[in-house]
Amino acid sequence: MSAAVKKVDQPESFTFSKENLAKAEKIITKYPAGRQQSAVLPLLDLAQRQSDNWLPKAAMDYVAEMLDMAPIRVYEVATFYTMFNLAPVGKNHIQICRTTPCWLRGSDDVTKACKDHAGVNISETSADGLFSLVEVECLGACVNAPVVQINDHYYEDLTATSIAKIIEDLKAGHVVKPGSQIGRKCSAPVGVK
Amino acid sequence: MLADKDKIFTNLYGFEDFGLKAAKKRGDWDGTKKILAKGADWIIQEVKDSGLRGRGGAGFSTGMKWSFMPKKSDGRPSYLVINADESEPGTCKDRDMLRNDPHKLLEGCLIGGFAMNAVAAYIYIRGEYYDEAMILQHAIEEAYDAGLIGKNACGSGYDFEIILHRGAGAYICGEETALLESLEGKKGMPRLKPPFPAGAGLYGCPTTVNNVESVAVVPTILRRGAKWFAGIGRPNNTGTKVFCISGHVNNPCNVEEAMSIPLKELIEKHAGGVRGGWDNLLAVIPGGSSVPVIPKSICDTVLMDFDALKDVKSGLGTAAVIVMDKSTDIVAAIAKLSKFYMHESCGQCTPCREGTGWLYRMMVRMVNGDATIDEIDRLEEITRQIEGHTICALGDAAAWPVQGLIRHFRPVMEERIRNYKAGQGRVAA
Repeated sequence: MSAAVKKVDQPESFTFSKENLAKAEKIITKYPAGRQQSAVLPLLDLAQRQSDNWLPKAAMDYVAEMLDMAPIRVYEVATFYTMFNLAPVGKNHIQICRTTPCWLRGSDDVTKACKDHAGVNISETSADGLFSLVEVECLGACVNAPVVQINDHYYEDLTATSIAKIIEDLKAGHVVKPGSQIGRKCSAPVGVK
Repeated sequence: MLADKDKIFTNLYGFEDFGLKAAKKRGDWDGTKKILAKGADWIIQEVKDSGLRGRGGAGFSTGMKWSFMPKKSDGRPSYLVINADESEPGTCKDRDMLRNDPHKLLEGCLIGGFAMNAVAAYIYIRGEYYDEAMILQHAIEEAYDAGLIGKNACGSGYDFEIILHRGAGAYICGEETALLESLEGKKGMPRLKPPFPAGAGLYGCPTTVNNVESVAVVPTILRRGAKWFAGIGRPNNTGTKVFCISGHVNNPCNVEEAMSIPLKELIEKHAGGVRGGWDNLLAVIPGGSSVPVIPKSICDTVLMDFDALKDVKSGLGTAAVIVMDKSTDIVAAIAKLSKFYMHESCGQCTPCREGTGWLYRMMVRMVNGDATIDEIDRLEEITRQIEGHTICALGDAAAWPVQGLIRHFRPVMEERIRNYKAGQGRVAA
């Protein structure tokens, strides 16, 4: 949603891949007959996954037609929810939690490290397309603060050093491990095994 | 302190597998058919007798809520909707239940759904919880394959569907009617009540919306008895509760404890104490960002339950304890929350849409001290103009943290203003 004001090169058309079309049809059956509009969030999510993690206007129109919705109803939804990216984002889309519980445990340092190592400011995408950075509100992992979400996964118990390493590893094409970066199991206190 | 044998969420931390086989070993899905055979009235009465109050923040009696659903269908189906849109700052308890103990929720859905004569449960999980949603979906498929849900669920003769629905990033969808709008494929804007969801909810049909924890504890309550649950905690504040302890503590964590545990004991026993010791404590937000902050003097003795926290003009909320030590800039901490509510206001009601922005902009000036003393009163006045003047409780939730700040930390705000005036610029709290 934050990218809504940017000028974007929009693709001419969009259609689901064969695989995603089958998935979409299955999703629609999860809701009662005539209530196919309920599938709009999952279908937009599917479309975004097919389009390198952003949602072109053509995809919204396509979903609108598929669900028999007025296109404006789909645009309303796509602009209301923060997880829909209305402009291209980096291959690694980094969402930094800035709300109080993360802030109390050093999210400002994490934000700075993200900017320094990804080489971009908030709401920007790096020239090589590898990283984009946004600040988000509470991600709901507060006892593992500070937290960032990179694409689908959470990285928790961060410090400036550990997030820097994650970003450098991503640059080098290494696999990074989601979850606690200090070896905790989920929300267990440190040392409890 | 809650004994291990009285814990409901025995795999809260995920040391064991979340899957069906391990869940059954932990006691889930044990004798579910027998529970259903006792009938809807018995189930609802037990839940009422247990004293279980909703775990999503409002604390309304779960059994009572269930009893509002129509006993006989007028032709419309009934639905159970699970609110797994956990987004209240400080709160991350449902996340552990969803990823580490999902079968407790699924069994609770079946039992609750049966008691309310619902045809299906929709579980609305926040979109950001992608990994958790994958786990939950896997657990749902396991339950279908084992015949625990679906046609003739658990061999009871009752048909019951469970469907997982992912949100897409909007705090407001944790408000039950906004959640229903979102589930119907619209923007998450709260509905005017009445009609209440029990009369006309999802697709205009009778619906009950329950928090994850409220439903996930029900199977254990029914197996161990309402008396057992009611015997934990204080009257009217019964049972066990999962607390989230975040912020300036040595070992932030989630923990299941007895309701009404003293706040100090909770922090010291489970979270390794306040960073720098108890005397280094400044304040605590005891129930998620929406409830007013309480200073150390209250934290020394207050009990963690609905009534005790209400008595000190705060609230249990989601039982998300945000701890702040003396290094905290308390004004900035609350200003961050004002920014949160400004960002998350759905924009439907003018007092909230405009007021949350006013609050935030005034709070930013208060952080610097760039204000006048009487503006503190004006800030308070604005919170009163928002509170109670909106369709949903987000307006109240935006107002209360600021009110709590003014109530307990007005001298800090005044000092900052005086220092700014004196040309000393910003001072540390």
